Amino acid sequence: MSSYNSALYPVEMEINSEVQTIRIRAADILLYTLRDKFGLTGSKSGCDNGDCGSCTILVNRQPMKSCLMLTIEADGKQITTIEGLMNSQVQNIFAQHQAFQCGYCTPGFIMNCEGLRNVHPIADEETIRVWLESNICRCTSYEEIHHAVKDIFTPK
Amino acid sequence: MIVARSLGNKEGVKIRQSIGKSIPRKETWEKVTGTTKYINDTSGEPGLLHAKIAISQHAHAKIKSIDSSDAMKIQGVKAIITGQNAPILTGSPLADRPPIAIDKVRYYGEPIALIVAEQEYIAEMAALQIKVEYELLPVVLSPSDALQKNAPLIHEHLAEYKRHEDVYPEPGTNIANRTKIRKGNMEEGWKNSDHTIEVEVTSPQSDHAAIEMRCCSAQVLPDGRVIIHSASQSPFVIRRAISQSFQIPLHKVIVHTPMVGGSFGGKSAIQMEFLAFLASRAVGGRAVNLVNSREVDMISSPVHIGLHAKIKLGCSLEGKMMAAEILHLYDGGAYSDRGAVMSRSGAVDCTGPYRIDNVHCDSLCMYTNKPYSTSFRGFGHPELTLAIERAMDLLATRVGMDPLEFRFFNAIGPGDTTPTQTLLDRSNLGDLPMCIAKLKTLIHWDELSLRETKGHLIKATGVCCFWKNSNTPTDAGAGAAILFNPDGSVNLLCGAVEIGQGTRTALTQLLAERLRMEERMINITMEVNTETDPYQWKTVASRSTFLVGNALLNAADDAIVQLKNIAAIVLQCSPEELDVGNGKVFIIDRPAVGIEIEKIAYGYKYPNGNTIGGQIIGRGSYAMRNLTLLDPETGEGNPGPEWTVGAQAVEVELNTREYTYKIIKAVTVIDAGKVINPQFARSQITGAMSMGLSFASREAFIFNDKGAILNPQFRTYKLIRYGEQPEYFVDFVETPHVEAPFGLRGIGEHGLIGMPAALANSLSIAAGVELNHLPLTPEMIWRTIYDSV
Ligand code: FES
Ligand code: FES
Repeated sequence: MSSYNSALYPVEMEINSEVQTIRIRAADILLYTLRDKFGLTGSKSGCDNGDCGSCTILVNRQPMKSCLMLTIEADGKQITTIEGLMNSQVQNIFAQHQAFQCGYCTPGFIMNCEGLRNVHPIADEETIRVWLESNICRCTSYEEIHHAVKDIFTPK
Repeated sequence: MIVARSLGNKEGVKIRQSIGKSIPRKETWEKVTGTTKYINDTSGEPGLLHAKIAISQHAHAKIKSIDSSDAMKIQGVKAIITGQNAPILTGSPLADRPPIAIDKVRYYGEPIALIVAEQEYIAEMAALQIKVEYELLPVVLSPSDALQKNAPLIHEHLAEYKRHEDVYPEPGTNIANRTKIRKGNMEEGWKNSDHTIEVEVTSPQSDHAAIEMRCCSAQVLPDGRVIIHSASQSPFVIRRAISQSFQIPLHKVIVHTPMVGGSFGGKSAIQMEFLAFLASRAVGGRAVNLVNSREVDMISSPVHIGLHAKIKLGCSLEGKMMAAEILHLYDGGAYSDRGAVMSRSGAVDCTGPYRIDNVHCDSLCMYTNKPYSTSFRGFGHPELTLAIERAMDLLATRVGMDPLEFRFFNAIGPGDTTPTQTLLDRSNLGDLPMCIAKLKTLIHWDELSLRETKGHLIKATGVCCFWKNSNTPTDAGAGAAILFNPDGSVNLLCGAVEIGQGTRTALTQLLAERLRMEERMINITMEVNTETDPYQWKTVASRSTFLVGNALLNAADDAIVQLKNIAAIVLQCSPEELDVGNGKVFIIDRPAVGIEIEKIAYGYKYPNGNTIGGQIIGRGSYAMRNLTLLDPETGEGNPGPEWTVGAQAVEVELNTREYTYKIIKAVTVIDAGKVINPQFARSQITGAMSMGLSFASREAFIFNDKGAILNPQFRTYKLIRYGEQPEYFVDFVETPHVEAPFGLRGIGEHGLIGMPAALANSLSIAAGVELNHLPLTPEMIWRTIYDSV
């Protein structure tokens, strides 16, 4: 029972456009590596079980619940967290619509929307619903988020 | 000497308006960029130790022994604390709860040990290695069972528990608190009742489910100061509780609360803070962080209260309500915590917002072998409203009246008295008839058919009304300080916690309105620090904007006097001739003449260097006025400053093949007194409606017959998700509450209160059976129909 710390493995990944190498335990979870080793605390834990979506990041431009991914699986991957977005349109629209209250779920929703845009630049209502179902917001009624998302996917 | 100067403002000073504007949250950009630091966002700091709770696997059992030797052997484990190391009882109003179980466990999930380790995962591993030998005791799993004469006793020493506020436990039973309402003459009431109905209604315990789990850190500094960081609605109560429980001078306990990731009442209880302190004390005062996993957050930390209610109502032939007899058995769980106060609150407003002269109510907080209950949005009201509003629908049907008409006819108004015999007037009570009238227009009630069938789909609309007073302590209060800066901006200091409701931004709007400044010139941080911020009782009961708002208006008035006094010297006039607005102090009759606030914020310096005055600092405070404790025999008293009222409706479409249903519309009309920020107000109300619909339609802890919780995860404990939201309609009535800033009333919880009732009423109409038990799952509807044939 004394060997939890002993084996460390090297991992190289690109996080928010910078290449990073780090030594980690096999059991380390990507969400916590990002938060504790890189200080990227914008990604939140709400369940550590894939149920709430507050830990959503982009892995190779697609959304992923980072609590469901071992850090070791991220080797060679391209990671984007909320900190890697620079004043994106999605962020602006969430701000405009005040599509949050406590804000704890917000990075997850924003990253999921970013991912949805990468995969389906012109998503219809049904696609949006299926994608956003994976995130929980306990504060809002989803009405504000719905308005924001509609705005994001309405061709300008 | 230069004195008066022209401000170049020909048309005079326009009065700015801030109230009624939807300004964005001050912390908007932090939130959308992920830079907000919530409590657990600093847990990666090197040197920080981590604690985990080991929890009980039984709902009711004697602890015969605890063996933590295997856990202690794990490398990296620093300390293990059991109840024996912390023999104290906590809880307010009734101190009945050890932070870690001592001789017995009373619920599944109760902390039995606390492990401190170098890493979180090490503490977690060690928690699984704690071995406890138990002697199992019979479990009590419902408040009705708990009331039975021969029910196993959950607290054998109830008589010895210390009482902090008015609370009436009954030793030798499982009753933690009883509140009695005795109003009018019941015999007469029943004699004059041509119609009577009786109904039993239940709502189960469920979870607050804030997406941020509860988290707290503690550190004991070498000089004895205790530093606590906690995601909490009550930093000042933490300070008092830690000071009292561990005999530490109050001023040596310093509590920091950053922005909170949702709370809904769940983070107003003091729980993790005791544990974090014990953990730090056990490792020589080092900083220790304690964060719940989702599972532990759901079953070990306090939950949302349940209720079993029995209601009997009577009315005359014309439908005038005559009598109400009510028994509330609140499911308080293993410890009373705020459940005791919620049960009192459930007595105070037991009749709903209706005029009834003869009322008999016993409202009890019952001990059961379930997680203990604490404040939940609505504070006992969503549950009581479900019960009384189901009864109202039944009675309306019995009389043969339209359900809204029946409510309108019996709506309480000025001149009437409440169950606590408080005399109502236009200020302490919102305008319910107006809310009902607006609701009718909003949903086209007169053209609406109550029930509409299309094949196997049935549409139906259910309605309800609600009211709520705040049941705050009679001395609840708050302070505020405003500090002027030499650029003319103002720093607002206050103790209201930002839990997402937008309070701290709304408070800057109140201040901007009074100082007639732009809101962007008012600075407010999002953190509360009990050492540097003025006191505030707690951020609960939709009372923050009221308490802090009144305090800050006093502070603003104090600052205005100072500004005028300095300006009067500079402008060589008397202070009475001056007014403040748009960043200036100016002469009322000649608004173009005045001086900018930035020139006097730190005192005024004459050209020769002489200076008068100094920094302008306004101070203000406020405490509740004229509230009284309730008479223990009759319930007579004044429980809070005002009753917010409203009317709500839900439209559903029931599929009679599967008993699934869609919520199509949800509507709230509320008397908000004064809407400060329309966007926040709507968002608070729809958010609360969503939470109410979620809990009414699906949320409940599932217990096995031994009291274990089977669904402690969001995968099995379902919440409303994106795409399930109905169309929301919200409208406001504005009847001012004269004691409140600009007349506002509490609105943070109220959208939730009637949602379970309106949903149950609509589904009962659609299904054609009486649905009196939450959660309203398809299975529950099917069972009720099946049982009724
Ligand atoms: S924390 Fe990853 S889905 Fe909840
Ligand atoms: S804003 Fe609080 S959980 Fe979504």
